[in-house]
Amino acid sequence: MRHLISPLDLSLEELEELLTLGQDIMNHPEKYAHVCEGKKLATLFYEPSTRTRLSFESAMLSLGGQVLGFSSADSSSAAKGESVADTIRVISCYADICAMRHPKEGAPTVAAMHASIPVINAGDGGHNHPTQTLTDLLTIKTLTGRLDHMTVGMCGDLKFGRTVHSLINALVRYPDVKFVLISPEELRIPSYLRKEVLDAGNISYLETDRLEENLPDLDILYMTRVQRERFFNEEDYIRLKDSFILDAAKLQYAKKDMYVLHPLPRVNEISTEVDNDPRAVYFKQAQFGVYIRMALIIKLLEVEIPC
Amino acid sequence: MLNIGGLRQGIVIDHIQAGGAMKIYEYLNLEKLDCSVAIIKNARSNKMGKKDIIKIEGPLTIDINVLGVLDHNITINIIEDDKIVEKRKLSLPDTVTNIIKCRNPRCITSIEQELPHSFKLTDRKNRIYRCIYCESKFKGN
Repeated sequence: MRHLISPLDLSLEELEELLTLGQDIMNHPEKYAHVCEGKKLATLFYEPSTRTRLSFESAMLSLGGQVLGFSSADSSSAAKGESVADTIRVISCYADICAMRHPKEGAPTVAAMHASIPVINAGDGGHNHPTQTLTDLLTIKTLTGRLDHMTVGMCGDLKFGRTVHSLINALVRYPDVKFVLISPEELRIPSYLRKEVLDAGNISYLETDRLEENLPDLDILYMTRVQRERFFNEEDYIRLKDSFILDAAKLQYAKKDMYVLHPLPRVNEISTEVDNDPRAVYFKQAQFGVYIRMALIIKLLEVEIPC
Repeated sequence: MLNIGGLRQGIVIDHIQAGGAMKIYEYLNLEKLDCSVAIIKNARSNKMGKKDIIKIEGPLTIDINVLGVLDHNITINIIEDDKIVEKRKLSLPDTVTNIIKCRNPRCITSIEQELPHSFKLTDRKNRIYRCIYCESKFKGN
């Protein structure tokens, strides 16, 4: 029995298989509409995350399966003090697979240690969010046809943004991927990522606070939100916040076939005038998120794939 | 200079970073031993300037390998009949449980008291252990 706790739990071959399956589901959804009939997905959300939970539920329903679960710790037995280990032992009697979101890092690992059903980490604190990374990879792979030989720009909060860290960790496994890391000085990538992943892997990267002048080099621009509370003082926030907002004026410097991704929710870091640009794919990305979760559920449940 | 009597049989945990002896005492649960234990703090050392030493009387019944996780400078001398019969090198165990604690306030162990604090060795060269749950790094002295 397999679990998915970290994006790196999957080998490159397994990842390739999963992405191929996701693409096939996208192209032939009817083929997969009943493969999980009679199966149940439990969504154990100890903190609210409506988008991720609904994406999992939509995925299972699209496979003909059913869903059950809770959407906050208050409405679960955790409020009575039940441990994650005990909860998962019970849920294993009710469902065939589960997706767990927890504010504490490592909670899904504890669940996987005690579960008799596959556990999918649907986000644990600032640690991992593997299905977001898989979503990002499927989006890039489907739209550009590759995951190698590209320049990926990451913009915004690169210090605390776990989606950024996970995506960098996932992409460094492919040849000739360069990174342009665009952020205010205070929000640059953590030093462990710089030293242990980028420097250690001889990966080419540039750290800068200039979005505009680096846009022409990018094949992918991955935007994240710059949160006011991350700044040490209000002055810096006001000075820097507009530098990291993507608008139509800045986008004109980008390649015609560059794609703009965002894990969402977006606040103001991408101006709404960009939404209609064909390069803006962040809403499409949410749709890819359902396909990759469908593929993951199929793989972990080991259900038969129709020919 | 303070004199502490010799050991007929027992172990000497030497070259502990000055100020670290009590931590070692707690990690090894030495308070539970029913034998003489001497803690020497801030002893003079040519190599380290100051160091701590722990002397434990009696046969070796404790797992000393975990000490390598905490402080790689530590040396262990096994004493029999008033003589050093073995200088033991510490090797780093692949996993350690309930020896060191995860200090990440966002780790699941911070709210679930029953969970064992387990770490695995992820980088032998740099002696880095990571929490098996949240993967936070623990680095000894």
